[in-house]
Amino acid sequence: MDAIAGRKPAVVWLLNISVVALVILWLFPTLGLFISSFRTGDQITASGWWSSLFPAEQTLQIRAADPDDNRVDLGNGRFMVEGNIFDGTGFEGEMNAWATSSRNLGAFAPGETNDLGDGETFTLNADGTYVWEGDDDQISGRAQRLFIEVVSPPEFTTANYGFVLFDEDNSEGMAKAFFNTLTVVIPATIIPILIAAFAAYALAWMDFPGRAILIAVIVGLLVVPLQLALIPLLTLHNAVGIGKGYLGVWLAHTGFGLPLAIYLLRNYMVGLPRDIIENAKVDGATDFQIFTKIILPLSFPALASFAIFQFLWTWNDLLVALVFLIDASGQTTVMTKQIVELLGTRGGDWEILATSAFVSIAVPLGVFFAMQKYLVRGLLAGSVK
Amino acid sequence: MNPALQGLITIIIGVGGCVGYFYGANLFLDKVLFRPTGPNAGRNINRANQIRPWLFLMPALLALGIYLAYPVFATLRLSFLERLPGNEYAFVGFENYTKMFAEPKFMEALRNNVLWLVIVPAAATGFGLLAAQLTDRLAWGNIAKSIIFMPMAISFVGAAVIFKLIYEARPEDVAQIGILNHLYLLFGGAEPQQWLQIPFWNNFFLMAVLIWIQTGFAMVILSAALRGIPEETVEAAIIDGANPFQIFFKIKIPQIMSTIVVVWTTITIATLKVFDIVFAMTNGQWETQVMANYMYDKLFRANDWGMGSASAMIIMLMVTPILVWNVYNARKEMQ
Repeated sequence: MDAIAGRKPAVVWLLNISVVALVILWLFPTLGLFISSFRTGDQITASGWWSSLFPAEQTLQIRAADPDDNRVDLGNGRFMVEGNIFDGTGFEGEMNAWATSSRNLGAFAPGETNDLGDGETFTLNADGTYVWEGDDDQISGRAQRLFIEVVSPPEFTTANYGFVLFDEDNSEGMAKAFFNTLTVVIPATIIPILIAAFAAYALAWMDFPGRAILIAVIVGLLVVPLQLALIPLLTLHNAVGIGKGYLGVWLAHTGFGLPLAIYLLRNYMVGLPRDIIENAKVDGATDFQIFTKIILPLSFPALASFAIFQFLWTWNDLLVALVFLIDASGQTTVMTKQIVELLGTRGGDWEILATSAFVSIAVPLGVFFAMQKYLVRGLLAGSVK
Repeated sequence: MNPALQGLITIIIGVGGCVGYFYGANLFLDKVLFRPTGPNAGRNINRANQIRPWLFLMPALLALGIYLAYPVFATLRLSFLERLPGNEYAFVGFENYTKMFAEPKFMEALRNNVLWLVIVPAAATGFGLLAAQLTDRLAWGNIAKSIIFMPMAISFVGAAVIFKLIYEARPEDVAQIGILNHLYLLFGGAEPQQWLQIPFWNNFFLMAVLIWIQTGFAMVILSAALRGIPEETVEAAIIDGANPFQIFFKIKIPQIMSTIVVVWTTITIATLKVFDIVFAMTNGQWETQVMANYMYDKLFRANDWGMGSASAMIIMLMVTPILVWNVYNARKEMQ
């Protein structure tokens, strides 16, 4: 890199710019979803998420108050309606221009009076107050339509999260799916670690015939696609009475996670210093003691890496849950399945989709940023040789 | 029962059961079966030590056997059978396979899978290498790496939603909310496109999702490999007057070739099994079918176990060369 960076400002600039471009390309997709989850459905369909960060110019279509109920008799056959156009809209922002017809948008500045002909006038002020005057015919029937060009500040809401997570009436909410996913993930992460740790110790530090072959078999099983396992195991689960349910999905995740767990942990344990283990043996420690008192504590980084992998994999899984867990009742649906369902039924409701997706993404992202060190270490142990 | 409570109980039973098994079996071996006392103490200790590894391995071997090894053979068997009403099976030879190869949808899935296999690993490894090389000596390189690595934590389904928003198309006269169509119109496109419904090219829009996810993985590993290159080799090349591109392609790449191969094959395996992305985004419509989704269709929608198993075997067949190569390498390393 020294040669490329070359201390030439132009090259350094180019380097920085290309990395910025890469980062933008990789960050913006997620950012778009994140920002969308804080906008209302109307906002999302009105403009792209990228424009929501800046004050937005938009044209509001509002009607004045109903003339038949609100007009004031001025005498001489003249009537007037007064009011504030923004009442009840909760609008905060600035008015740039306005008009009474879509043909001359932005024709009038705030405070100007628009002569509608035959003595009918409309005056709209910047604060939204208006005066509409005319004769009996004009100030009756349908209220005057207004096209107001406004600049509104960026506006975000957490209402989507309230709806998706806490609304009792929302049958498509994520709360239950969230807990179902947690229920799947925690045992499916802890149990394979325990089983794999013992097996990895045996493969790393105990001598027995067939050890090399076993290791080769486990390396082979690492790449077996779990698609092959679906039907035979579902049949098996049904035959032994497990059927579809949590127990089945825990067992399946345990089985599918084991090769990587054993492989990672064995690679790590084999690298532990031989002296420590032999000294302990000389001092009369049994294998069981060596494992629990020495190997396990020393292997913490490898255990943590695998735990993260298995956590991410089970949390994000769709296929295994579809096949082994989710039955016709839909009581045990997990978040990934719920989102796929929403993609079908609520395809256009981006505020619901974005929020639901982000609820499911948030936890793994948190784990990712908190434990990145271990994740990287695990990846390197698994692939670089 | 409340699933959360059930989960908690399972954790306690599962973890307790595992610990109890390992501890109990070990105790049983030493205190009951082969006691290290009496006239046979020495022989007993040896015997116990011969059995102990298998005690430690047993749960793992059981789980691996039932959940990974057995299904390979069971699926192979099922692929030669046809399911008849009443839980009966009939041997049909290669009929499932021949029927499958005659199906246009299968050929489409096969073609698309090959396309995925060629493009995704190449693009992810290429981008990963580029990102690793560019961020290496940058002051804020680690932040950049974190961000490029981040999609790794995002589920395929979550990524599908993210990219559906990117590809979203709205009628021509209203504002575009999908950034791709927004840019397309900005740079002179005539009208908004339904990107996921343009046959053949939509495959590439689906692949983009997996490339986006896998690039971080490639970057992390290749960046470690790049750092492992001895400084002297690069310095010598600079002194000899090599330009930056020569240094990168002629000095660095050859030294990390083995790592590149590992990254490439790892991503290849992930690509072979791609299911969630297609399932969530197009479900194989508009000529985007892939093998894993085709198989899911056959197994659980058409309920055709024979053809479903046959297509699973095709996936297995495609993985086999990598499997053999991995095992070969692992054995070579242990000797």
